[in-house]
Amino acid sequence: MSQLTNFTKGFVKENPLFVLLLGMCPALGTTTSALNGLGMGLATTFVLVMANISISMVKNVIPAKVRIPSFIVIIASFVTIVDLSMAGFLPALHAQLGLFIPLIVVNCIVLGRAEAFASKNTIGSSAIDGLGMGLGFSFALALLGAVREVLGSGKVFNITLFPDKYAMLVFVLAPGAFFALGYLISIMNRIAKKN
Amino acid sequence: MEYIIIIISAVFVNNIVLAKFLGICPFLGVSSKVETSVGMSGAVLFVITIATIVTYLIMHYVLIPLGIGYMQTVAYILVIAALVQMVEIILKKASPSLYQALGVFLPLITTNCAILGVAILVIQNDFNLLQSVVFAIATAIGFALALIIFAGIRESLDLVELPKGMKGAPIALVVAGILALAFMGFTGIV
Repeated sequence: MSQLTNFTKGFVKENPLFVLLLGMCPALGTTTSALNGLGMGLATTFVLVMANISISMVKNVIPAKVRIPSFIVIIASFVTIVDLSMAGFLPALHAQLGLFIPLIVVNCIVLGRAEAFASKNTIGSSAIDGLGMGLGFSFALALLGAVREVLGSGKVFNITLFPDKYAMLVFVLAPGAFFALGYLISIMNRIAKKN
Repeated sequence: MEYIIIIISAVFVNNIVLAKFLGICPFLGVSSKVETSVGMSGAVLFVITIATIVTYLIMHYVLIPLGIGYMQTVAYILVIAALVQMVEIILKKASPSLYQALGVFLPLITTNCAILGVAILVIQNDFNLLQSVVFAIATAIGFALALIIFAGIRESLDLVELPKGMKGAPIALVVAGILALAFMGFTGIV
C-alpha cells in the first residue's frame, strides 16, 4: 500500500465514523456545532498521531501479553496532555467539549489503530495512518456538526444562513444527533456503493 | 429527597445514553436481542457501582493528598481495566452461574465510556461517597432502561421491510433518535 492510499483511506473508504462506526459517543455528544465537532476531531487526531508514533516506537520492547494495558497508558498520557493544554489555551472550547476530552482514552478508534496498525508497522507509516484516520474522523465530525448547526440554528461556522425562526431546534438537541448521524451514514453508504 | 432527585435525574431526565451520549457502542452493539441486553445491563450495573466506589476512594485518598489530581484519566482507566479483569476472575470462582450470565460482556465493558464517564462525573459534581454510589446505580438503571426498550424495538424491526440504505446502523440510529425524543418529555421534572 502506498503512503498516499494509506493517508486517504481514512476519509471515505475506511472512515472511522461513517464506515467503521467507531467513536460514536464523541460524534453524537460534541457535534452541536461544526466548530465543536472540528475541535473534538482535531483533539482526537493529535492523540491518534502521537499514540501511533509512540506505540510503533516501543512495539518491540513491550511483551505481547501486557501490550493492551501499555497502549492504554500511552494513550491516556497523551489525552491528559490534550486535556490540560486545551484547558489552558482554549478554555471556551474545553468547557463546550467537557467530559468528552478525557473520554478520548476509551475511544475505540485510538486503541483500534494502535492494535491493528501501529503495533505492526514502521514509525513513518503509523504517523501517516494516524493523521489520515484522525483527519477523516475530524471531517466526519465537522460534517455532522455542520448539518446539525444548519438545520438546528440556521448557521454554519457561526455564519448565519437563514433566520433561526425557520430552524428546527431539535437538531441541536440530543434526538437530532441520532437522526442526523443515521441519515448521514445511510447517504455515505450510498456514495461508497456507487464508487 | 436529595437522593430521589439524583435517581430521577440520572434515570430519566439526563439518561446516560439518550441525553448524554455515553455508552453508545454497547447500546448499538448488543441491542439486537432483549436477552443479551439484559445480560449487558446487569454487567454494567455491577461494574459501574464497584468502579465508582474504587475510583472515588482513589481520587480522594491517593491522588488529591499527593497533589496529582491531573493524573485522573491515566489512573482511572488503569483501575477500571484492572477491576474488570479482577471481577471476571472472582466471579468465575465465586459464582459460576452469574459468570455464565455476565461473562461474555465483561471484557467489552473496559471500553464502555459510561463507566469512565460516571467515575469522572461524580468528581466533577462534588458528590460524596453515598451520593456517588446512588448516582452510579441510577445511571446504570437508566442505561438498562434505554438498552432494553431499544432491544425490544429492534427485535420487531427485524420483521419490517426497509429501504436498502437504511438497513443496520442508520435505522438503529433513527430509532434511537425517536427514543431520545420520547425521553425529552421528562425534561423539567427535576
